[in-house]
Amino acid sequence: MTEPDDGRAAIRQAVSVSLATGLYGVSFGALAVAAGLSLPQAMALSLLMFSGGSQFAFVGVVGAGGAAGAAIATAGLLGVRNGLYGPQVAPLLGVRGWRRVAAAQLTIDESTAVATAHSGRRASRLGFWWTGVGVFVLWNTFTLLGALLGDALGDPRKYGLDAAAAAAFLGLVWPRVTGRNARRAQLVAAGAVAVALLTTPFVPAGIPVLLAAIVAILAGMLTPAEPSRTEAPA
Amino acid sequence: MSPAVTWVALVVASAVCFALKLAGHLVPEHWLAQPRVARTAALVTVALLSALVAVQTATTGRAIVVDARLPALLVAAVALALRAPFIVVVVLAALTAAGLRALGMP
Repeated sequence: MTEPDDGRAAIRQAVSVSLATGLYGVSFGALAVAAGLSLPQAMALSLLMFSGGSQFAFVGVVGAGGAAGAAIATAGLLGVRNGLYGPQVAPLLGVRGWRRVAAAQLTIDESTAVATAHSGRRASRLGFWWTGVGVFVLWNTFTLLGALLGDALGDPRKYGLDAAAAAAFLGLVWPRVTGRNARRAQLVAAGAVAVALLTTPFVPAGIPVLLAAIVAILAGMLTPAEPSRTEAPA
Repeated sequence: MSPAVTWVALVVASAVCFALKLAGHLVPEHWLAQPRVARTAALVTVALLSALVAVQTATTGRAIVVDARLPALLVAAVALALRAPFIVVVVLAALTAAGLRALGMP
């Protein structure tokens, strides 16, 4: 990434990231249908919400019988980090009007990661747009395939789709609780699991997950900063 | 949730997610530059995802339940530790639970 024009490298990276991410749209589509959503609803989530963590969470709360408010709050809270990516990518893109609206919708983990991995402005822009559009197209295509597959399967438990949903969340959280500088994240994860399980018998579905978020807010706001400032943005 | 309520929740939640993305493109950079804000947001993500793992694995309605999902999650954890791709992790978990249930585990 030292060449002044590493646009090709950015595009290559964008394509591989798009393929890898797009593929697991299959699991989202299948799980959405297994949770009781219709095929159009699964498609609408991928088109309109377009943020993996929020989508899986929405479906998880709906599948558990949670209320609409809990589903909206959980999906929204998981979408907060996309809001934090904006200030990183907006100066690189320098767009206005409808392009800014499009850029906002495409601002997710993957497009931000590729855009900020390149030093040249041109490569950053190419990386952002190719990754954003690439993931969008493939994520939606594979959501449709997964939803069709899920529809054809019938009882989701027979095929272990409920366990697949748990594994999907584990896969999403894994990079954030492993590696160096993850001690605080591990403690928060353990606290969140404890709060969610201990409150489950006493409150409506969907609420235990929101109560777990309080653990993170307390840990983030009340504890002093870590000495090293290498914490990943999300 | 009825289909109509699900649609409303879906559209509202999507609007919230889009508003958050757009806000990030519109606010002055320094507003979000405080390390405490970024750190708290990252930890909220960790807490929500961890809680979702727990609820999805070990609860049914308001009951704590141990069934084929728990061994399936352990298989997924081993696969993640071995750096398996996301889709492989998810499929292995599904196969484990499906296999155990075929053998009679709840």
